[in-house]
Amino acid sequence: MSGTNLQSKGFFRNRTAGDVVFMLALGVISVAVLFAVIYPVYFVVIASVSDPSLISTGEVWLWPKGVSFFGYGQIFDDDRIWTGYRNTLLYSVFGTALNLIVTIPAAYALSRPEFRPRRVLMLFFVFTLFFNGGLIPTYLLYRDLGLLDNWLVFVLPSAVNVYNLIIARAFFEHSLPKELFEAALIDGVSYLQYFARVALPLSKAIISVIGLYYLVQHWNDFFTGLVFVRDNSLQPLQIVLRDILLSNQAFAGGAGAGGGSGVGYDQQYADQIKYGVIVVSSLPVLVLYPFLQRYFEKGVLIGSVKG
Amino acid sequence: MTETLVAARKPVAADVRRRSGPRVVRHVGRYWQLWLMVLPAVGFVAVFMYVPMYGIQLAFREFDFTAGLAGGQWAGLKYFQQFFDSPLFWPLLRNTFVIAITTLVVGFLAPILLALMINQIAGGRRKKFMQTATYLPHFISIVVIVGMLQAFLNPSTGLLTQVSAFFGLSEVNFLGDTSAFVPVYVISDVWQHCGWNSIIYLAALSRVDPALYEAAKVDGANRMQLIRHVDVPSIVPTMVILLILTMGGVLNTGFEKVWLMQNTLNLPVSEVIATYVYKIGIFSTQFSYATAIGLFNTVINFVFLIAANAIARRVSNWSLW
Repeated sequence: MSGTNLQSKGFFRNRTAGDVVFMLALGVISVAVLFAVIYPVYFVVIASVSDPSLISTGEVWLWPKGVSFFGYGQIFDDDRIWTGYRNTLLYSVFGTALNLIVTIPAAYALSRPEFRPRRVLMLFFVFTLFFNGGLIPTYLLYRDLGLLDNWLVFVLPSAVNVYNLIIARAFFEHSLPKELFEAALIDGVSYLQYFARVALPLSKAIISVIGLYYLVQHWNDFFTGLVFVRDNSLQPLQIVLRDILLSNQAFAGGAGAGGGSGVGYDQQYADQIKYGVIVVSSLPVLVLYPFLQRYFEKGVLIGSVKG
Repeated sequence: MTETLVAARKPVAADVRRRSGPRVVRHVGRYWQLWLMVLPAVGFVAVFMYVPMYGIQLAFREFDFTAGLAGGQWAGLKYFQQFFDSPLFWPLLRNTFVIAITTLVVGFLAPILLALMINQIAGGRRKKFMQTATYLPHFISIVVIVGMLQAFLNPSTGLLTQVSAFFGLSEVNFLGDTSAFVPVYVISDVWQHCGWNSIIYLAALSRVDPALYEAAKVDGANRMQLIRHVDVPSIVPTMVILLILTMGGVLNTGFEKVWLMQNTLNLPVSEVIATYVYKIGIFSTQFSYATAIGLFNTVINFVFLIAANAIARRVSNWSLW
């Protein structure tokens, strides 16, 4: 993405007063935006190892003060976090596997121009982006299917994400060389054989992109646990986080919000524990993120090829 | 290339005019493998998306445990009437609209501005860094975001509370204040998603023909004019498509976040249709009533979508259909 370098070279050759003002303003705003995005995240990290009383008096700004790992000690002793972690990990792995098994072949089939029903099928899929049955019919359906308080509820209903399907279809349509298919066809290869032996090996990029999208979706899924699962041993990390992060508040919970189970920490350390929990729970995604971001970007770009 | 191939394999006109029976057989014979690939996805969507749509009739029926998803006795518009007569109707509608529209407008414009700005940054590395940094918050979960909000806005110890106290605004309880709820909601939303949503605009900007900039400069355009007359027009199609797509879900936005941010103090402004449906339906198990309210919400979404599409078609020739 080396964008508009021409522009900037021209700029350095003959800069006017207006250009200098522009550059200065751009620099100032960029730094301000950068600070606004990064500082809160940084603060959470330093606050999680600082003395809570120094945080509450506003003395922790640039680096941790009164370093203590008490909060992390508490967190690592807490079973709920680990149960949540384990559950989320399982749901994410199984969920993403199913997602890929269902989405990728469907996207491929829908990308074949000679497959006439694909137009109708696309309509069938896309319609669900704009219209749905709503919460209660969905809830009743899950109840009838026995999915309430069942770990499969984290996996089955989200098997297909139509946005991801569209992205994958766009990839197959635009990025696989058409000549390959013709060559294979002449060799008498069937669609399934072609898909498995030619299309899939060439599609590692899109598979990893879609896989990552799905993985993050499962990892951050809060809604499913909130609405469809009551059993604490099945709850994913996000629900556990809700209980820990939001239950101990001065004005805890709107009507009915579960919570309540997590109070028992020393009040003084409650804040430190919360900051620590944020770090512990976000760490996997944030550590992977610099390595993965290339893929995410690629996914958006692939998806944007012809809207 | 494929075109010729397809043409050769297409049935000739005489075949097409024949009865549909053998045509279907021939079609399935030729494409059964593609059907096999697409069917699991069709099945999942049919069950988990379309069956609930079938269940919408519950809004017009009395819910009956024995009758299940489709409901029991016909009840007509009773539940809609009940909702329209409810004292909560107008507050719910107002709250839903205020949150949705504000998020839509601000959340739509912010990524465009950010993309235009990042696009101006010279030097691949700085640009890249800026991009990478700004979309980091996108991957933080909603629960954690709200957890951070609560920590930062804590009335006595929060970082932002301290900052605002420094500027003389003492003792503002941002999360409990009815006038602060929407700004806090929207600003944190922009903070989280602005960078991510700008990627697609940056992609569009990177495809602008450099000759356009040169031509504009020859005409004496300064940098602001380049942005206005070259950059902005080049991302209009992307803007329109994204606007329509967001319009369709405009009233669904953020059940999870509103729900998590809700507390008894901000309830007068934070109770929206989605959260109310959840309470009425899942907690009070008034399934028919909740379905009716949910359907009302969906219909408004649909109206928005159609309106957005019509406007888009008129002003820019770009539309979804």
